[in-house]
Amino acid sequence: METAETSFLTDRAGLAARLGAILPAHCLLLDEEELRPYECDGLTAYRELPMAVCLPENENQVIAILSTCHQLGVPVVARGAGTGLSGGAMPHAQGVVLSLARFNKILRLDPLARLASVQPGVRNLAVSEAAAPHGLYYAPDPSSQIACTLGGNVAENSGGVHCLKYGLTVHNILRLRVVSIEGEVFEIGSEAPDAPGYDLLALLIGSEGMLGVVTEVTVKLVPRPELAQVVMASFDEVGKAGEAVAAIIAAGIIPAGLEMMDQPATAAVEPYVKAGYDLEAAAILLCESDGTPEEVAEEIARVRAVLMAAGAREIRVSQSEAERLRFWAGRKAAFPAIGRISPDYYCMDGTIPRKRLAEMLAAIVGMEAKYGLRCANVFHAGDGNLHPLIMYDAAQPGEWARAEAFGAEILELSVRLGGSITGEHGVGIEKINQMCVQYKSPELQAFHRIKAAFDEKGLLNPGKAVPSLHRCAEYGQMHVHHGALKFPELERF
Amino acid sequence: MRLDDLRAVIRTAHDSGTALRLRGGGSKDFYGGMLAGEVFDVAAYRGIVAYEPSELYITARCGTPLAEIEAVLAEQGQMLAFEPPHFGAATIGGCVAAGLAGPRRQQAGAVRDFVLGAKLIDGTGQVLDFGGQVMKNVAGYDVSRLLAGSLGTLGLIAQLTLKVLPRPVAEATLCFALDEAEAIARLNAWGGQPLPVSGSFWAAGQLFLRLSGARAAVDAACTRLGGEKLEAAGAFWLAVREQTHPAFTGQLLWRLALPSTTVPLAIDGLRAVEWGGGLRWYAGDVSPAVLREVAQRAGGHAVLYRAPESQRCLEGAFAPLSPALLGVHRRLKNIFDPQGILNPGRLYAEL
Repeated sequence: METAETSFLTDRAGLAARLGAILPAHCLLLDEEELRPYECDGLTAYRELPMAVCLPENENQVIAILSTCHQLGVPVVARGAGTGLSGGAMPHAQGVVLSLARFNKILRLDPLARLASVQPGVRNLAVSEAAAPHGLYYAPDPSSQIACTLGGNVAENSGGVHCLKYGLTVHNILRLRVVSIEGEVFEIGSEAPDAPGYDLLALLIGSEGMLGVVTEVTVKLVPRPELAQVVMASFDEVGKAGEAVAAIIAAGIIPAGLEMMDQPATAAVEPYVKAGYDLEAAAILLCESDGTPEEVAEEIARVRAVLMAAGAREIRVSQSEAERLRFWAGRKAAFPAIGRISPDYYCMDGTIPRKRLAEMLAAIVGMEAKYGLRCANVFHAGDGNLHPLIMYDAAQPGEWARAEAFGAEILELSVRLGGSITGEHGVGIEKINQMCVQYKSPELQAFHRIKAAFDEKGLLNPGKAVPSLHRCAEYGQMHVHHGALKFPELERF
Repeated sequence: MRLDDLRAVIRTAHDSGTALRLRGGGSKDFYGGMLAGEVFDVAAYRGIVAYEPSELYITARCGTPLAEIEAVLAEQGQMLAFEPPHFGAATIGGCVAAGLAGPRRQQAGAVRDFVLGAKLIDGTGQVLDFGGQVMKNVAGYDVSRLLAGSLGTLGLIAQLTLKVLPRPVAEATLCFALDEAEAIARLNAWGGQPLPVSGSFWAAGQLFLRLSGARAAVDAACTRLGGEKLEAAGAFWLAVREQTHPAFTGQLLWRLALPSTTVPLAIDGLRAVEWGGGLRWYAGDVSPAVLREVAQRAGGHAVLYRAPESQRCLEGAFAPLSPALLGVHRRLKNIFDPQGILNPGRLYAEL
């Protein structure tokens, strides 16, 4: 399948013996039945069985595992909770999975300095729970926050429903402790602002386990707002809802969250969650305001006026915390709700400029007919991040291939509309071909050189995140855009 | 001036091995290490390329003056939230290359937090496009943010796309008579509360606290916090941002970045405290070795911010890197500027 990319050939028995010398028996999995649960992450359509799974309990073991794999030339795929949606933690058949699941301690929580140092296997929500008694929380809240880990969040630069106002993972991390593939430990960032030298935090966060293995994460904690309220507005036309989103931003309002669901999504969710969504509406918007009670009242009045002017058919404001959580429950349960009405679904993650929302949605309707598959749409509308959920049945021959092609077309349209193929799920293995659409070869070459600056032998998560130029040449041959052949400097085969 | 002209100059310098000293407005010659190479003035490569208020971004060529950008944003009620200093004629390219933010830094974020995309001309004259216009984009390594604070050592940042934010509706500044220790304690306690703080500055026994946000929120916070209302606060914060405030005078100025809760350091020469305690300025005849060590022990670092160039070269403007990190820096530099012709020595002597 793969050509001209590094291939690995691992001596299974030799590897097992070396790892067995480093790790106690309960930290090393080698039997097929034990390895099976690790064969995929949240993107279950892609699976591979690793040769071994290591579950180290301390940093010295991580160092020993990495330097051993470096010495033997064995690929290493780091893994948190395995909730990722792009196959970023899919194992390598010739390699080791390095699970950080046992790095699950909160090492320090300093309420006065508003920060916490945690091990990478700590769950996202656990940080906010630990900070709650101090009136603080960790802002990025991906919808998998009950399960996903900080280490995985760092690898993917995870977002969530509140990142419009509070930023992504990259805006909320102060410091990382990293082990290189050679087993060298280095720390980047600091608890003080503007650490000296290049901003390596920016480079490492979102690097999908390609540059190093994180063993400690220091996060910023922020004060929990006194009050949060959410406005729910319904619209007759999806286009009007899209325009309302732009109008809110244009009015100088940065809501704490601004989410949109189309009718197929609300129809799937409502019987399951009973959030009270308007099922007649073509789309609904959820707009959250947080801050002091005075601030929230002022902002909600402004939001309401903008939504009325944008043609909302119904507007409701949550009147209690219970009602606010119920409004959100539907949005947060969108993925499982789709899972109830369709045997399988495929979640996409493109980002587009907000003003192109209506255009994108119309195109998706066309693609539903083209591929003969249904699609429900939930969006982080405030930041233009789409999550179309393509419904298919893996048991029906050809349906997965159609779903994959449907998804690829959405991503490539995202790039053409001025956006990106991934807003928060990462490239992983899933969008590796679409990287060839988003970037040209000089940028991809720079990415490969950056990878080599940290991992010369290319052992960390090989084959993910950044495609080889040869792969792009092959993909470009299949998909010639605007009549221009990309990667003209490469031989075609 | 066109993009190709910029490329040609760098390509020629690359081929002949000539060092270039990249220069926008020339407002920050005082900052960083050695000033080496032929001056390559890129101020003429200027102009706003795209500005979409409802998409919250602006794209501009590197030579565009900050003043021009901020004026255009202000017409739409928006701003660069990191509040960069202008120091006269600063350009957007130089602003991002230096990575210096102003009073709003602690709450709004650093320069890099607002970088969405960049067009870079590397040290071989090649044009590279990283990032884009959208807020969320995790495809590929985030090279555009890496450029913030790189002082032109990884390439010429020819064009930038930055996230912009609405200007706050209301603003007020409160003033409190407090000593350094009390001010630092108070700032950290406030930092843990849901208050609309947007800047702090302590000097000579007075703490100034700026509040920004919805009118109701600012009014409520003023009532709750007490203190004395400062009139003409706009001019005051401008003087802090531009460092024309008397606290910043003197030939020799050290900038210490520290964990905000760090108790007062046992060093003479403290001039001012900013960013909720995270940034402290020292002036006068302080031993560089002592300062660096004290800062490091506290978990921070010291920058020799303003000093004669010879001294910045001798001492190094920035705190030294560990051997492991220096190795990473060297390899990254080598990717983007294999000949080492761009701003050599400006960040570290080794780069």
